[in-house]
Amino acid sequence: MPDPPAKPKVALYWCASCGGCEEAVVDLAEGVLSVLNAVDIVFWPVAMDFKRRDVEALADGAIRAALLNGAIRTSEQEEMARLLRRKSQVVVAFGACAQLGGVPSLANQFDREQILDYIYAQSPTVVNDQGARPVSAYREGDRVATLPEFWRTTRALDQVIEVDYYVPGCPPTPKLLGQALATLLSDELPPKGTVLAPDTALCEECPRKDSKPEDLSVKTFKRPHLTPMDAALCFLAQGIVCMGPATRSGCEGLCIQGAMPCTGCFGPTSRVRDQGAKALSALASSVEGKEDREIESALAGIPDPVGTFYRYGLAKSLLRGKVGHLCSDRPESIKTGSMESRL
Amino acid sequence: MSEAREPRIVGFFCSWCTYTAADLAGVSRMKYAPNIRVIRVMCSGRIDPQFVLKAFACGADGVLIGGCHPGDCHYIEGNYKCLRRFRLLTRLLRDLGIEEGRCRLEWISAAEGDKVRTVVNDMAARLRALGPLDAPGRFRDWGKDLEELEHAMAGEGPGESSRAIEPARNE
Repeated sequence: MPDPPAKPKVALYWCASCGGCEEAVVDLAEGVLSVLNAVDIVFWPVAMDFKRRDVEALADGAIRAALLNGAIRTSEQEEMARLLRRKSQVVVAFGACAQLGGVPSLANQFDREQILDYIYAQSPTVVNDQGARPVSAYREGDRVATLPEFWRTTRALDQVIEVDYYVPGCPPTPKLLGQALATLLSDELPPKGTVLAPDTALCEECPRKDSKPEDLSVKTFKRPHLTPMDAALCFLAQGIVCMGPATRSGCEGLCIQGAMPCTGCFGPTSRVRDQGAKALSALASSVEGKEDREIESALAGIPDPVGTFYRYGLAKSLLRGKVGHLCSDRPESIKTGSMESRL
Repeated sequence: MSEAREPRIVGFFCSWCTYTAADLAGVSRMKYAPNIRVIRVMCSGRIDPQFVLKAFACGADGVLIGGCHPGDCHYIEGNYKCLRRFRLLTRLLRDLGIEEGRCRLEWISAAEGDKVRTVVNDMAARLRALGPLDAPGRFRDWGKDLEELEHAMAGEGPGESSRAIEPARNE
């Protein structure tokens, strides 16, 4: 294969993700042309016809940078992650799911049986009279069809392979992607482990920053879909849960501009280990009341703390998910909350 | 996991009240359960919920937070901030599968050395009844899938773990 002045090779792959991160690449619009001029895309199953064997045929380390989005839930995703790790000089966890576990890692609140049971039996839209369940190998005559294993937990990418850089966001903005590509193709790479986005809280670049009170005092938390919202006032000043104080900036306040509070997709800044705990700390401490009853009623507006504070980062949180479910020999001594009530 | 491991409690005690009370208990030669390791903080309002989660993640079976009685905070409001965080944190922990008694908040003034004894003894007894939390052990379980995959890739055919999801009737 003649490969004139050898452009750097780039691979893109998706694991447990929704496809939004792939959209982010397409959202480069005309910018994608200059990317295509600068690099040689050797693998991008969503958009181009490549097979796994094309990657396997490359020499180890032949790919300059692999951008992986999505969390890791199945054996196939894991094998691909390991393969791309071997073939690439630099691996980038692209987007919230690869960086932090993302929305798919909220499944760490349930064990594998609960999930399969819901998906194949209990969900109201399921018709499955035979009670069929996925099997990893199915034999018909002398042919065997196989499916990947469904792991017990959802992991972020760096809980499976070594990751060099992170691009945050659900999905990352085209601007961040452009900057990340420029960085990766430059001669001067940032220190390993760098998150390729600013290292300040979202509040710093929030268009409503000026209306954030010096001393926040929340009477009661309100839910965005149940309350009329002021179009210019800081969400927290209105008692609406906003993850801004505990979330990295870099999105330029896209949701805020769309009149919705931050839900935390950019993850924590470098000074915070556990985004959810930090957000919980910031929000709860600004409640006004001093008596148990007042405090409880103010906090009733946050009915699902795990889903609120760890929406994009349960896998990478300190406890990684529900602690009580990993050992099957341990009786569930506390309320588990059925799938139904959470959906 | 050893069967009869004693529960481990991490204590975060406010320097002005509860830590001084623990000192008093010591000076008064009170005997109480040796299960607690105390970390002194300047104020219960300094206790970041991350500290509590980190303690559990590192293998604590319980976390005891000690602060000044309401109205007595050296920094005026710190213990109220602690209380508000604790209220929400308790719910978060419950949803994460950590039983309610494992994280406890107590107001203990500098004069209440005896309350330190009572609370620590009581908490140790409750944790003994609950059994170990063993978060690190659970994290090790996370790796099991991967090991199975490696074995399966080294050998041939589907991994062992397929057994677990196989009660299918597709035949």
